[in-house]
This record gives sequence, C-alpha cells and structure tokens, in this order.
Amino acid sequence: MKRPSRLNRRRFIAATAAAAAGAATGCRSSRSSPWRFFTIEEARTLNAVCEQIIPADDAPGAAWAGVIRYIDRQLVGRFKEHQKTYREGIAGLNRLAGGRFEELDAARQIEILKKVEKDKQLRPFFDLAIAHTMQGFYGSPRHGGNRDWISWQMLGIPISPSRGREHYDLTQGAKA
Amino acid sequence: MSLKKVNAVVVGAGAAGGVVAKELAVNGLSVVLLERGKWYTPKDCRKDDLRNQRTTILGNNTGPDDEGNPRVLVDQQGRERIVFPSQGGYNNNAACVGGGTATYGAMAWRFHPKDFRMRSEYGAPEGSTLEDWPISYDDLEPYYEKAEWEIGVSGDDSGNPFKGPRKKPLPMPPLPPSREEIILRAAALRLGLHPFSIPMLRNSVPYGGRPPCMRCRWCVGFLCEVDAKNGTQNTVIPQALATGNCEIRTQCMVKEITLDDRGRATGVVYFDANDRRQEQPADLVVVSGAATESARLLLNSKHRLHPNGLGNRYDWVGRNLQGHTYTGAVGLFEQQTYDDLGPGAGIAICDYNHGNKGLRGGAMLANEFIRLPIQFLNFLPPGTPRWGKGHKDAMRKLYTHTIAVQGPTQDMPVWDSRVQLDPKVKDRWGIPVLRMSGYRHPHTLEIGAAMSEKAAAWLKEAGAIQVWLKRAGQGISGGQHQAGTCRMGNDPKTSVVNKHCQLHDVDNVFVVDGSVHVTNGGFNPVLTIMAIGYWASEYIVKTWKGTRFRS
Repeated sequence: MKRPSRLNRRRFIAATAAAAAGAATGCRSSRSSPWRFFTIEEARTLNAVCEQIIPADDAPGAAWAGVIRYIDRQLVGRFKEHQKTYREGIAGLNRLAGGRFEELDAARQIEILKKVEKDKQLRPFFDLAIAHTMQGFYGSPRHGGNRDWISWQMLGIPISPSRGREHYDLTQGAKA
Repeated sequence: MSLKKVNAVVVGAGAAGGVVAKELAVNGLSVVLLERGKWYTPKDCRKDDLRNQRTTILGNNTGPDDEGNPRVLVDQQGRERIVFPSQGGYNNNAACVGGGTATYGAMAWRFHPKDFRMRSEYGAPEGSTLEDWPISYDDLEPYYEKAEWEIGVSGDDSGNPFKGPRKKPLPMPPLPPSREEIILRAAALRLGLHPFSIPMLRNSVPYGGRPPCMRCRWCVGFLCEVDAKNGTQNTVIPQALATGNCEIRTQCMVKEITLDDRGRATGVVYFDANDRRQEQPADLVVVSGAATESARLLLNSKHRLHPNGLGNRYDWVGRNLQGHTYTGAVGLFEQQTYDDLGPGAGIAICDYNHGNKGLRGGAMLANEFIRLPIQFLNFLPPGTPRWGKGHKDAMRKLYTHTIAVQGPTQDMPVWDSRVQLDPKVKDRWGIPVLRMSGYRHPHTLEIGAAMSEKAAAWLKEAGAIQVWLKRAGQGISGGQHQAGTCRMGNDPKTSVVNKHCQLHDVDNVFVVDGSVHVTNGGFNPVLTIMAIGYWASEYIVKTWKGTRFRS
C-alpha cells in the first residue's frame, strides 16, 4: 500500500495561501470546481433552487440530500443534452434575481421561482430542475442523491433491505 | 458461410419463444434459440429504482440499450420524432433471455371465454377491426393448464365465478394477504363483488427447485433476486437446453428470414454478439419477438414473391397494434395502508370484465404493485403543488396511506394503429427500424373511464377519505402488453397466420407470441402468450413428424 504523503507545515501554508489568492482574484478555472459539470457558483445557485423545490423542514431538504451531486453526475452522462439548458437557465435565473439567487432570503427566492414558472425562456430549465430534484431526492443513493436514504426515512418506510442477497461467496468460509 | 442446419430456429427467447424452444426440443427437433439480449441471473438484480423496466429515467435494466436501437414515433398530429427504448413512446418490451417474463409483475391470467369472441358478443364499434378469434377458450384450456403447472402459478381463483372452466386448480397457494388486500376484500364483499387472490407466476412455496417469494418491494420491473419469479428464463429454457437438442445464442440480432426460389423459408440471417453476420439454415422458422419486433422481422424479409414483406400480401402485418389502456383510481386512507409486503398486487375482481351496459368488455381490477417513492410521484392527486413545501408535505402525508386500484381495459383494435418500416432510420446493424403511428379507439377510452369509476367506488367503500381517478392517454397503445400485429384468422385476406400460428403464405414460418392475438383481453396477456406457445408447438411437432416441412 502507498503511504499517505505528508505535507510539512511550510508547504501547507504556501499551498493554502496560493488557493486563497486564487479565490480572491476570482479565479474560476474548471479545475478548481469540485463538480463534474457545474462551476462552484453555478452549483451554489442550483443548490438553492433545489432546496426550494424540496425545502428542509423537520426533515432535511434537497440540499442536505445531495441532489446537486445527482444532477451534476448525470449532466456529464445520461443527461448531457441538458447541459446547455442548465448553464443558460442558471445564468438567466441570476439575471432575473438581480444578483445571486442563493443570497436572497427564502420568501424572495420563492417569489422569483414563481416568476420563472411563467417565463417562457426559463420554464424549461425549471421543469428539468424539478424533475431531476425529485429523482435525486427520492431515487436510489447509488446515483449520488438521497443521502442516507433520507427521503425514505421521511416517508416512514424502511430503507432498502438487503435480505436474501446472494453476493457473498460462501465457499470462502465465514469471517470472524 | 452458413452454420449447421437445424430443424427449427426460434427468434426471441421470451414468453412464447422459450416455450416453443422447449416443446420442440423435448420432442426431438433440433433447435437454435436466438435472443438479441443477454441472459441475466438473480445476481444481476440491482434494485435500482431509476433504472429498470418500469422506471427508465436512467435506462432499461434488461435492454434494449438506447444506443443503436431507435424507432420513429408519429403522433396524432403527424409530427414524427426519434424515440429510444427508455422513452415511453417507444413501447418497449425487454430484450433479454426470458423477455418481459424476467422482470414482469407476473400476473397469470387466463382470458375470459368471451374475450375470444368479442365481435359476436358485441359487434365492432365504428372504426375498429374488432373480430373473433379462430380458436376458443376451450381450445386453449389444456395449454393454459400446462403453462400454469410447468412454469408455476400461485394464487386462488376459486372465488371468481366469472372465470372460464378449469380442470385443475393452480399448483401453488396464494401468498398471505397484505394489509391492502384485507381492506379491499372486505369492501368488495360488502359491495356484493367477488374478490379473490390473483394468480401469479411467482412461487409462494418452493417450486421448480427454486425458493418462494420473500415479499420484497422490488418486484415489477426488476429481476427477482431470489429467483422466485417464474419466467421462461428459469423454467422452460433451461429445460430445453437440458435435452441436448437446443442451443441458445444470446446477443444475436436477426436481420431477416431467408427464402428460396419458391418463397419458402430456408433459415435466418443474424448478427452475432461480435456483430458478425451469420446464416442459420433451418427447416422452419418461428418468430417470437413480441408484437412490434416480430412484425418488423416479417416486413424486413422481402422477396420476389413477397415484395411487401413476409405474410403481408394483404397489408395486415403490423396493423392493429394493441396493448392495454390502464385506468383506475387512488384512495387516501386515514389508517396506514403500507405494510412493506411485496409484490403489492394481490387481490382482484373480474365482475367488470364483461356485462357492462353499453360497453364492449371491460377490465379486471386489482390493487397495484408497490409504488416506490419515485413512482409514487405519478400517483399524487391532481392539484398537488409541483414543488415546494406543499409537494413535500403531500408525499409525506400520502405515501403510506393510499391504495391504488387499476386494470387493463382491452383496446378496441384500430386498423391505423400500426408499426411499419421507416424508410430512412436504421439501427446499429443497418436494419430498418419501426415507424409507429396510430391512436386509441374512443370506445376504449370510454370503457377505461367507466373502469376508473368502478375502482373509485371500491375504494370509497373500503373507507377512502379522498379518491382521485387515473385516466388514460390517447396515443398509441402497446408497451409490455403489445399484441395484435400478426392477427390469427381463418381468412388469409383478413389475417396473417392461421389458427396454428402458421403464416397463410409460407407454411414453414410461424409467428408465436402476442402478435397473433386478435383481441387482447381485459387481462395481462402473458399466460395466454405462453398457452399459445404450447398450442402452436403441438401442431408444429405433429406436422413436422409427418412432412418435416419439406414439401
């Protein structure tokens, strides 16, 4: 096994300083984003949209469930054709919000999303976001969303049982 | 170069193809069974609620793949678009060994005796090609029984006074009732209806060397992880192979049926798993690719003597595509109705299959399979907010407190609801794909609407505090219950095959699957498709012994 690399203190400080400088100058290379498709800013905006589609109350909402991870993952795979709709939709939403959508308070966000529903250009984006948020929230965690089966816990049903599975190789003997 | 000649090549290892392969092999014919999909096992069960045969948001779990398998869908306004297997308009059936039976809900219905003589019983409505079958329930009865015992059915229809006569009971008892069943049974009895346990191709006790159902919620749309669901892939196909007379080849896409100078079949051309072109000579060809793909294969098999495709002299191949029009109702209950006991569906009534005033037929009504949360989005009442707290609250409040009752209304066949070959679009092997067009007959929708009301009344009697109806779309009907495209009949001018599923035009080509259904019953069609498999096989074996189809 490879040994974990060790940064010494000096090199660590240098690295974090460089990262901070990058952030301060507004550097937005796609490499700095932890997402496959979205930039950090896009993800923040969309995360706020998803959270309004399924908001947290006494049970977590779409943000906590990791819906954005589901959408991001699918956008570089099966949902490739929707990349443009998302990119332009998020930009359009922020224009409509007159700034950064995610920085507005909840009441104002809802107000804007209701406008989006009536906006011919932005409606397709929002329709997609609704459908994909539902999938990411209520679908299987294997695709990136529904962290800890949180939606199933909310609905009051047991999480996926694993009874009867035959994936164990019984010929190898039991482990202590 | 062609392969070693066999007696029979069977195209498609689904509900009927599996049965035919087994019956021919057991009776000493050499058989090659070609299947375009793969052979999945219980270990391939992924319990992926976004990727299965019911919810195809991220694809089909048992094929076909979206890539390379397009079709063209023409809507009622004449607009055409390319559709892929994971999209609803494609009217997909699975592509794998077992076909739809690997992942189905497994209801094992015998059609009602009147379902075989719809025209005599009711007369055809205007704009419909409604007709009688050339065979009756009594003709098929022994073969229904054979399917029930050889493939394995649990359930108890002794409480159903509307069923056709049966000589033998079902081989397995029903699964113990779920909470929904207990609620619905009492209500049906109060209404004077006749509830009973649905016959299912699912083990309730050990049967056929495999265990019983473990009652999980991952049933319809999924491979069974304990192999308790009985399809052809775990029953007749292994039996066929065990005879030593049958060879199965998977991932083999058949392009066309080859014909000699006299217009008789000599075998098939297919592309194997490595996309190599192969020729398989055979004395006879059995087409069992389900209603859409079987019609496609016949239409793609053109010949000097059959310029419009095989069996298509009178333009009947691909016509009368039917499936089922599902309608019903959903009820909200004060008490929790969800008990996490799969498969979910368990109780049915046949009181409304026939005898509805002013309606031609009707539907069996049953409680629905377990709705996974992602599927439940489609069961919310009209008026539910699309997003926001209102939507979340509705999911939370309703999910464990509803019962859905629905049923398959048999479609009135329509001449213009059809599949044909698209002149331009081809699949990844270069074979012309299907172009689908048509609509549902208005009378079908009328019957469906009436069935919704019956379902609603049942739910109200059961104590539902709120009931909402599920209505049908108007587009073409097909899907997993696809049928009708190679109609069976006595007159070669108004049908494609005779009552033994043999092409009128070519005596060594048979179409054995739902394609031959004249009408599709107010029931899930799979047991009828299996029974027809046995029925046609018996004729093939008998006839082959005399002439070997070498006229």
